[in-house]
Amino acid sequence: MQQTAVREVRAEDITREVARLCQEANYFLDEDVTGAFTKVLTLEESPVGRDVLEQIVENARIAANEQVPMCQDTGYAVVFVEVGQDAHIVGGDLTEAINKGVEIGYREGYLRKSIVGDPFERKNTGTNTPAFIHTTVVPGDRVKVTMAAKGGGSENTSQLKMLKPSDGVEGVKQFVLKAVAEAGPSACPPLVVGVGVGGNFEISALLAKKAALRPIGSRNANPFVAKLEEELLTEVNKLGVGPQGLGGSTTALGLNIETFATHIVALPVAVNIQCHASRHKAVTL
Amino acid sequence: MAVKRITTPLTEEKVADLRAGDSVLITGRILVGRDQVHKRLYELLQAGKDLPVDLTNEIIYYCGPSPAKPGQAAGSAGPTTAGRMDKYTPDLLAKGLRGMIGKGYRSQAVKDAIVENKGVFLASVGGAGALLAKRIKESRILAYEDLGPEALREFIVEDFPTIVIHDMYGGDQYAEGQKLYRRA
Ligand code: SF4
Repeated sequence: MQQTAVREVRAEDITREVARLCQEANYFLDEDVTGAFTKVLTLEESPVGRDVLEQIVENARIAANEQVPMCQDTGYAVVFVEVGQDAHIVGGDLTEAINKGVEIGYREGYLRKSIVGDPFERKNTGTNTPAFIHTTVVPGDRVKVTMAAKGGGSENTSQLKMLKPSDGVEGVKQFVLKAVAEAGPSACPPLVVGVGVGGNFEISALLAKKAALRPIGSRNANPFVAKLEEELLTEVNKLGVGPQGLGGSTTALGLNIETFATHIVALPVAVNIQCHASRHKAVTL
Repeated sequence: MAVKRITTPLTEEKVADLRAGDSVLITGRILVGRDQVHKRLYELLQAGKDLPVDLTNEIIYYCGPSPAKPGQAAGSAGPTTAGRMDKYTPDLLAKGLRGMIGKGYRSQAVKDAIVENKGVFLASVGGAGALLAKRIKESRILAYEDLGPEALREFIVEDFPTIVIHDMYGGDQYAEGQKLYRRA
């Protein structure tokens, strides 16, 4: 039998990198987000809306310069791990390594601990753990870690619905528009809207999360879906919600759709609402 | 868009001057509390017990700041979603609370209670926590330290920027502002 070389990845390196990603995600916005702000500042029709956008840009500048979190809700730590099938994690348990990284990152980075250990008791764990970890095994010998600091206010306005196939594209559109309108100012617009269509109940939610993590302005490889992204973004911005819900032409900075195969009876659609503090960073080890 | 400056406490006379859409810069002491603080205050009221603070003419800021870095009075401190406090708000307004700072839609019951008790709901920019922290000069825990970031605090603020959403006359800036830009 042919032997494949296995590459070792140390758990302590994963911990260190996760800690760094937690802090950097909370202090520094990616260029796709800052670029989108610059663009909408010239397009926003409402004077109040422009004033809000300017405050958001100034806030991002302060956060980066002073290395303080741009928002006090420093998020759920959502961690996507892609483990190469030829990578061997040594010196510890992967889940523990990630949680330790989150704990250190949040403690040393002056980030808020927002996780309660039990949904009924609601006692803060004090460490911002457990992280919400999604692991997949992929070809190769590397480990890719993507960390998203996901705000609770915007997450709370996310929605999922099992539509009927006969609802079609129009049904999907109406559901997305309804979710954005209902989210309103609670989700801190301007938003990045992540839409997942297809799969089943949990796959659609995961697709929506992945869509929200895709860079603003990137387009789905499927031309039909790419066109739908453009159309829906235009329609979302016609809702008039505007920056902070105070009215305006910028309700969303971006709208991304991810799709997957589904059942003959099903048309699941999930809308993951991401606020303007669109914070995520990745590293490959 | 009028810019108005107010100092706390927020008396009925001062609140009468505020209209939906006004920009308001607040200076003075404000209370800081969110979900769990509201739940506890509400339960004390239900049980007919005393509150740990007098709410008369106070403003409460719905906020759970991030930890302060050395040299900061408070960590990042933007608003949290106000709707989660809706269940408790009418009773607190009836108890003398005058103003609230947060973000997001309020229930009809809260809007009615604002008019009835001559209160005001203001918004600060959600997600602008680093910028807003610069207007906070002092921060102190008043009660419920066990709640961590959710403890009941007071902030001493200077020119803290807000915008009036619901005024005591029934004005609603979310509805008014959005109507102007709705194209659908
Ligand atoms: S929704 Fe986003 S920007 Fe708004 S408070 Fe929450 S994390 Fe911050």
